[in-house]
Amino acid sequence: MRAMPLLALLPLFVVLPASAQLVDHTVTVNDKFRERIDIGISTNEIAISSDFSGADITVFGAIDGADELLLATFAYDVVVALEGPRQSTTVRRKERVAGIWINRHSIRFEPIPASYSMSSTRPLPDIANLMELGSRDIGINNIRLVPTGGVGDGSRLTDFREALRRIKQTSGLYQRAPTGVQFISKALFRASVRLPANIPVGAHRVRAVLYKNNEFVMEKVIPLRVVKTGLEQFIYTMAHTYSLAYGIFAVLLATVTGWLGSVIFRKD
Amino acid sequence: MSIYLPIAELSVNVFVILGMGAAVGFLSGMFGVGGGFLITPLLIFYNIPPAVAVATGANQVVASSISGALAHFRRGTLDIKLGLVLLSGGLVGATVGIQIFTMLRRMGQLDLIISLLYVVFLGSVGGLMLWESVTSLLRAAKNNPVPLRKPGQHNWVHRLPFKMRFKRSKLYLSVIPVILLGFAIGILTSVMGVGGGFIMVPAMIYLLRIPTNVVIGTSLFQIIFVTAFTTIVQATINYSVDVVLAWLLMIAGVIGAQYGVRVGQKMRGDQLRAGLALLVLAVGIRLGFGLVLPPDEIYSVVSGSFGF
Repeated sequence: MRAMPLLALLPLFVVLPASAQLVDHTVTVNDKFRERIDIGISTNEIAISSDFSGADITVFGAIDGADELLLATFAYDVVVALEGPRQSTTVRRKERVAGIWINRHSIRFEPIPASYSMSSTRPLPDIANLMELGSRDIGINNIRLVPTGGVGDGSRLTDFREALRRIKQTSGLYQRAPTGVQFISKALFRASVRLPANIPVGAHRVRAVLYKNNEFVMEKVIPLRVVKTGLEQFIYTMAHTYSLAYGIFAVLLATVTGWLGSVIFRKD
Repeated sequence: MSIYLPIAELSVNVFVILGMGAAVGFLSGMFGVGGGFLITPLLIFYNIPPAVAVATGANQVVASSISGALAHFRRGTLDIKLGLVLLSGGLVGATVGIQIFTMLRRMGQLDLIISLLYVVFLGSVGGLMLWESVTSLLRAAKNNPVPLRKPGQHNWVHRLPFKMRFKRSKLYLSVIPVILLGFAIGILTSVMGVGGGFIMVPAMIYLLRIPTNVVIGTSLFQIIFVTAFTTIVQATINYSVDVVLAWLLMIAGVIGAQYGVRVGQKMRGDQLRAGLALLVLAVGIRLGFGLVLPPDEIYSVVSGSFGF
């Protein structure tokens, strides 16, 4: 029985070197525990087509070496989060100047995930303490927001941080489902993670974190690429790589459309 | 049915965009304007990032003004020489305008300046037009219509040097105010995403005393080239032209314009001008409220390319 978890881990280590080149640390382990978490998704690429209006991805996972008794008493907690590519972000605040609302103050933050969609077995405060969650950037309220450059006396920082989290949530880019991870059999779980319609393209990461009695056990990360497909990708690439040709094309398209309109609807 | 806009990077409802394009096309056909001053604010109201709305608006205006200019060209109501002089100022103005646009965007004040410009221009032009058309409507009611252009009447504009003869317009006019007008409109095209017809047409009629029948065709002629130029420069500098969005707007706009033209032909000139004035004022007031009323969210977030 002792050898089982090790065997189960073997394929994981075989796979590691290849993916390790892409992501620095795909696995973080607390050596105190022998339980291990592993996850899989049906695809490593999400394609955004022209009718993309958001999607749900399901992440399946298993806890290896889990104690039957602890499983039965719900001592294990899993947090699954989909993190978007990191982008440096500026928050601006409007103020009333001479009767009109004008952007006055701004704070620029070090790169933060452009999107963050999280699913967990229970609400986060029940899973671990804030220090632990904060040290791993788990949860919308625990993602580190580090300002770059001057922030004045720092009194505004809290408001700006709150505003950033709030706007990210109202725009749908940051989401949470506090009971979105469900155990489907003893040690097998399924997590549903929502991709918003305005999801940024680029290299995303699916992070799965295992907790046992409020203590960190292990984190596993797998990459997930979000790409535009077909025509959208083509247009985007053209616009950025061959911008002059793209601009000329846009004008030609307008010329032809306008000319056709005047020919088709010509009355004489 | 939603469609993903590759440059604006968001999903929109196709029918909302087509509806906007058709409605604006209808109004632009009816009043003989490009419609950029309606499209850009509508796109911004619909959460398209202002940078994309402005650049794409300019692209859409290319299509609508080509349709219109061709019709005027066939009817012989287009003064190409006058148009080319306007254009020379317009291209310089557009180049300066793009620099201003890029700078404002970096400073985070682009949205504010766009709104302010819209409020100022739409408010003043709309107000003046409304005043003029209402007085002329009142005069018509008393049965003594006064022609807009009184022969032999001159103002300070006609005393300027560098005069040039414009045969089709039957004018002998200094090129200085024409180039300056083109320059000013060029700046507006690149900063506001408009063709500028709503300012150029009144300026040509009231300030330069150009005959009304060649004004619209000639302004459309210069608008084609200035908006085309702006589209190309916006695409190269700011990558903010969304062809998918622009094309949807164009298709619907060109079709809507045809019906607008038919309705417009059944209406009298002063009624049309009063209608256009009210429309211009309404958009200006709506944007003005946006500046003055406390916003729901005083914070805004910009990350990646265009922010929210």
